[in-house]
Amino acid sequence: MKKILLMALSIVFILSIALTGCSSNESSSGSGGSKKQTTLVFGRGADSTSLDPAVVTDGESFKVTKNIYDTLVEYKGQTTDVGPGLAESWDISDDGLTYTFHLRDGVKFHDGTDFNAKAVVFNFDRWMTGKKSGKFAYYPSMFGGFKGDKGHIIESVTAKDDSTVVFKLKRPSAPFLKDLAMSPFAIASPTAVKKYGKDYGRKAAVGTGPFKFKDWKSKDTITLVKNDDYWRKGQPKLNKVIFKVIPDNTARLNALKNGEIDLMDGVNPSDIESLKNNKDLELFYRPPMNVGYLGFNVEKEPFNKKKVRQALNHAINKKALIDSFFAGAGEPAKNPMPSNIAGYNDDIKPYDFDLKKAKKLLAEAGYPNGFKTELWTMPNPRPYMPAPQKIAEAIQANFKKIGVDAKIVTMEWSTYLEKVSKGESPMFLLGWTGDNGDADNFLYTLLDKDAIGSNNYSRYANDKVHELLIKAQSETDENKRNELYKKAQVIIHEDAPWVPLVHSKPALVGKKSIEGFKPHPTGSDKLNTVYFK
Amino acid sequence: MLSYATRRVLMLIPVLFGMSLIVFSIIRLIPGDPAQTILGTKATQEAIQSLHHALGLDKPWFVQYVSYLKDLLTGDFGTSIRTNAPISQEIWPHLAATMELSFVAMIIAIFFGINAGIISAWKQNSIFDFTAMVIALIGVSMPVFWLGLLEQWGFSLELHWLPSIGRDNIRNAVNPITHFFLIDTLLQGRFDQFWVVIKHLILPSVALATIPMAIIARMTRSSMLEVMRSDYIRTARAKGQRMFWIVYKHSLKNAFIPILTVIGLQTGLLLGGAILTETIFGWPGIGRYVYNAIQYRDYPVIQSGILVIAFFFVMINLIVDILYAVFDPRIKYR
Repeated sequence: MKKILLMALSIVFILSIALTGCSSNESSSGSGGSKKQTTLVFGRGADSTSLDPAVVTDGESFKVTKNIYDTLVEYKGQTTDVGPGLAESWDISDDGLTYTFHLRDGVKFHDGTDFNAKAVVFNFDRWMTGKKSGKFAYYPSMFGGFKGDKGHIIESVTAKDDSTVVFKLKRPSAPFLKDLAMSPFAIASPTAVKKYGKDYGRKAAVGTGPFKFKDWKSKDTITLVKNDDYWRKGQPKLNKVIFKVIPDNTARLNALKNGEIDLMDGVNPSDIESLKNNKDLELFYRPPMNVGYLGFNVEKEPFNKKKVRQALNHAINKKALIDSFFAGAGEPAKNPMPSNIAGYNDDIKPYDFDLKKAKKLLAEAGYPNGFKTELWTMPNPRPYMPAPQKIAEAIQANFKKIGVDAKIVTMEWSTYLEKVSKGESPMFLLGWTGDNGDADNFLYTLLDKDAIGSNNYSRYANDKVHELLIKAQSETDENKRNELYKKAQVIIHEDAPWVPLVHSKPALVGKKSIEGFKPHPTGSDKLNTVYFK
Repeated sequence: MLSYATRRVLMLIPVLFGMSLIVFSIIRLIPGDPAQTILGTKATQEAIQSLHHALGLDKPWFVQYVSYLKDLLTGDFGTSIRTNAPISQEIWPHLAATMELSFVAMIIAIFFGINAGIISAWKQNSIFDFTAMVIALIGVSMPVFWLGLLEQWGFSLELHWLPSIGRDNIRNAVNPITHFFLIDTLLQGRFDQFWVVIKHLILPSVALATIPMAIIARMTRSSMLEVMRSDYIRTARAKGQRMFWIVYKHSLKNAFIPILTVIGLQTGLLLGGAILTETIFGWPGIGRYVYNAIQYRDYPVIQSGILVIAFFFVMINLIVDILYAVFDPRIKYR
């Protein structure tokens, strides 16, 4: 028995030595050595769902697809202002109903087929007629439904000639251009979409972007390689980008320090201080496009009383929360949206941290001795709230000082969302990451009465706010529109359905030699300008 | 023997059937909605309903169960709701990753566990015995994630001896054939990569091995102590046989049955229970695959994933039962 085993082993051994002779020349490549580094390994916490951006909603998918595809218009630099993308320029009719896009010539998809007006029409047709499949999540929420739905704002998308696309809208929509810049509305190769059918996004992903999809090992790595024919000349500067899943934040940082990866997101706030002093690594902060908040269910006792809500607004020390749990990487919030979004009302005076005022308001509301309630908190960190459990405990301690006795309740994430959206919790921690950088995407989506049952978890309904927000949706004059949003914020501030807590600036960390990396507020970055020194 | 094995394999059918029924109903009882997790927090009610319909989730649950069973009987594990990938294709790389890791971990656990147990029993109440048993106690009670991070800190960050995460060099990845990387690299004659794969295996497998190693050591010690007090051992010693042979040949063989049981159970546990190690070391194994599916309420993946793990668990125990007869000729199966 032993002899046989020994013989088998020796045979395997000899065989493999023989085989090494044939293929050993490959082995030295890849390790790089002293040559300039051209492969970037991006470490992250979870895998993508699909590489068809139209069917996903998770940031981990967009992080990759943003590098494979382009959109008609793009966000400029680190802002959410819109600039040219696949469309070189565009005209908007005076009534705000017709958008004519002039497309870039000579752009090709990664499969060699031409990018043209027909391809744009194909993509929009695919999304707007996709109601039955139920998989296009972003399209109906940004464009008011599918083809045939009452709320659908797009009347038609037509190809006037090879390089001109005309969008006709049913009613003016102020955020329309910003919507078009969003990752889910990237243009995919019609040939590839038809060829792969159900497998599109998993076995193939074909766009016009700076990198081409190479392979995907589930829950492990996604590899992209340089698109030599990218329409921005001289870009991308990297030859290869690999997205590597490492679920644990500390382990991911260990891998970075050990040189196994080059760049990562999801840094523990507690690690930031030590990283500031690290000679080999550099911190990057993503500009905020989010809000973390404490919501009240305004339909439930005692939160149906405005004074109670205002009192609790006075009872939270936001600065201390940010210093302790965000390592300072965040701005205290006073409005439901961050300050870099057009329409932000900076004149609003925040509820200051003042326990006396809080007590007084509580007494006026009829609760001089406080009350008992529940404080629901998320089980796992979110981009807008890195340590929800601890933040809940800090808020609990703050509330205790004014006699409000809050029991902390937590449960698994999807259960949590379901129960909160049904209005089962009196008081809850939640947040929102913006989609297109527009005020509508915060105020209307989160606090309009139309959004009760979906994202208006506070079940806040104010007809005046509703009127302002609806008017703003179709106001195409930028200044007038911003005024409407500013007014709405005044009312929301007074009604206080939330305690807006923080706009966090998530930290990323990478090797010092990385150049040209500018994190974008949307949470997904195009890596075409990145290179190693 | 053969008829026994056949009977045991046939027993698998009701076991797996029962498992599938329990898993199927439990995951539908817990709150949370796959359509909601797929479409995100931003989805409209209407969109969620149409996705329910597209996925067949609006049918009565026994109708869903019957159609799932039907597919299963034809060897179709279903399709992941989330990624749209056929599970039979998607699951194998994860299963292979965990099997390779568990295999190496068990070799480490068995080798060190049994030897430590034997020597402890042989030199009972010595310093070695005492130290080994204290280490074993620590091994059982040490949180795996903590040990994993400690290993990374020591051997990767400080000493730079070993890579901290993954199965292979990310920048020079192994070309998978069987998805057992130790085998794949040998098949391709890539000794450089074979060595890299071994280096990647060391830290996670040691972390994973601690608990089974400690349990095996303690079991070996107590079982050996019992055997070594028996008459035939005393006879052998009286005959002047060398102690080494008495311990490793005569005693171990008789002490091995309970040890084998523990080894079997621990191996089975590792398949589904390696999840913490897999998380810390970025190891794309089956534990994480199923765990992620639970987070996203990816029903078909949870069902089939657990079924596959259960299948291997039962198979490993079957193999252990058969091995009993090999080690102890008194055990006969009819």
